[in-house]
Amino acid sequence: MSAAPAYLDSPPPDVAVAERVAADQSTRRPALLFFHSAVAWLVIGSVLGLVASLKFQFPDWLTGEAALTFGRIRTVHLNAVAYGWAGMSLVGLAVWMVPRLVRAPLYRPGLAVAAAWGWNLWLVLGLGAVLAGWNDGLEWLEIPYPIDAIVVVAGGLMAISVLGTVARRKTKHFYVSVWYVLAAMVWFPIIFATANLPVFGGVEQAAVNWWYGHNALGLFITPLALAGAYYFIPKVLGRPIQSYSLSLVGFWALAFFYSLNGIHHLIGGPLPAWLITTSITASVMMVIPVAATAVNFHTTMVGRFSALRYSPTLRFVVAGSMIYTAVSLQGSVEALRGFNRIVHFTHYTVGHAHLGVYGFASLILFGCLYFIIPRLVDWEWPSDRLIRWHFWLALGGVAIYVVALCTGGWLQGEAMLDAGRPFMDSVSLTRPYLIARSVGGTLMLAANVIFAWHYWLVVRRRGTERMEPAWSAPGALA
Amino acid sequence: MNKYRVIFIGALATVLFAFFLLVFVPHLQLVSVAPPAGLKAYADSELAGRREYVSLGCLYCHSQQVRAPGFGSDNARGWGRASYPEDYAYDYPHLLGTMRTGPDLMNIGGRQPSRAWHYAHLYQPRAMTPGSVMAAFPFLFAVKDQAQMGDEIVDLPAGVGPAGKVVVALPAARALVSYLLAMKHDYPAGPGAEAAAAPGGSP
Repeated sequence: MSAAPAYLDSPPPDVAVAERVAADQSTRRPALLFFHSAVAWLVIGSVLGLVASLKFQFPDWLTGEAALTFGRIRTVHLNAVAYGWAGMSLVGLAVWMVPRLVRAPLYRPGLAVAAAWGWNLWLVLGLGAVLAGWNDGLEWLEIPYPIDAIVVVAGGLMAISVLGTVARRKTKHFYVSVWYVLAAMVWFPIIFATANLPVFGGVEQAAVNWWYGHNALGLFITPLALAGAYYFIPKVLGRPIQSYSLSLVGFWALAFFYSLNGIHHLIGGPLPAWLITTSITASVMMVIPVAATAVNFHTTMVGRFSALRYSPTLRFVVAGSMIYTAVSLQGSVEALRGFNRIVHFTHYTVGHAHLGVYGFASLILFGCLYFIIPRLVDWEWPSDRLIRWHFWLALGGVAIYVVALCTGGWLQGEAMLDAGRPFMDSVSLTRPYLIARSVGGTLMLAANVIFAWHYWLVVRRRGTERMEPAWSAPGALA
Repeated sequence: MNKYRVIFIGALATVLFAFFLLVFVPHLQLVSVAPPAGLKAYADSELAGRREYVSLGCLYCHSQQVRAPGFGSDNARGWGRASYPEDYAYDYPHLLGTMRTGPDLMNIGGRQPSRAWHYAHLYQPRAMTPGSVMAAFPFLFAVKDQAQMGDEIVDLPAGVGPAGKVVVALPAARALVSYLLAMKHDYPAGPGAEAAAAPGGSP
């Protein structure tokens, strides 16, 4: 087989279009409910993120109530953006994408609708509990585990709907995006259930905690965001992804190496050295899937970069994909003992995390939504300008954020390692960088609010009716 | 790939392999770790304080793990000896932490044994440590016209706190400080600890 397998087993164009319309009709209710919720969580989560950041400048601000203390606001921020925004929009993306890719309408969309409500209920109760002072005390797993039962049920309902669709597929071939979606549906329940088991304690629990914490990114957010990039880059360009073999390498290498990541979050800690070394090795080996994916995306794009001017979807997705390469390589370096010794307990890690979840996953998600929403609400995005503002504020904001925290974090780490300097040096020298973080965070919040406003306009079908999508120039993508 | 069995079994195999290597094998290795003779189980008030620590999110800025000399300056800073798995035998949930926006607290009870200092520091961190960015926790305290029997009065520097009133520690603050004062891991632990503790053993 010399040519790359067809993007889809090719039906005649008119049939293909009719099937895609039917697929979108079947996913309309659940996908929109997931996306509406995700955008609401994005705004809530990023407001709280900025509040938490400003508390470094104004530590006596909002200290009257336990619910408003840094430790709780930060926690609700993390959970709202990770599980509310990223989690719900990624699941919405999967629900929308799978029926198109397997050429079958969504099986029992009502189950997926119920899943979206359940997911929201989980977050409202869970984050309410955190604000009230009840949490599991484990990073990324703060929502009390009895409340987590709700998301297990919701995830199960979603799985029935998506797997039922796959079972009714008309394609012989699975496109790479479907591999990632199916794998994430295997991985996430297993790591989530394991980490929530109330049977571990002490350092063993720390290991399980970070195996989960890192793989909430590695085996849930990353594969679903990559599924989106694999779908939209060829979709918008109208040409297949460059190499089927590279897709295979990228997928299986990610499956094998990412799953062994996590314990490097405890480098220097009181755990068996072999355990930490295993995760460091796996983290470095992540270079393989990352390079495979990067080469595959880049060679698909080569010669077509001008399309970035005409497609908001492509621009966001390509920017997110490039940041994926950058953040993954940064992570591999960060896991090396010599480097990690300096940055381990510092703001550097926070900068890295935001480059991943915002720079990589969120930019790709924004790009996906720019494509999907007009097809679900039958209305084009009303404003070209708002999309431009969104893009540059998001990119500029995250750039300031990450550069500030990685620089400040590095200096903070060096100060902490020098026993001749008082500990307070490591606090006071970070002040300007934490101010810059608040500035970057403000731009990111502005980007998110602009996006949410524009999202509101398009789903309410405001503005004049457009025949051409936003940014398009006649013949630009011909 | 055109068989979803391949994807499912492959995905399942990778995650189960990771589970085996990163969860199950460490469990076999760590399950036999016994609490050292010198480590006391938490008293009820200390456990209540530990719950406050979790509830208020102290762990997001403070670690509880001392690195070995040679991998950082922890020991030279007076933060205590290197930590070992057995130091955490009574810890549920674990609170090892990943950030040091503030200092490590594994031995805060030994380093700062004054209950009064902790009360004042929690009420207004900047009164005790100028330049601190720690959140203030005034809601762990009550402001009264005058103290009553059994109240623990917070001794604040001049100019801090409401004028003409007394600030007293609420039960949550008392418990939290009891927990912090219990954070003393200065008994022998780690390889060779038993030999060192035995009479005539080499140090």
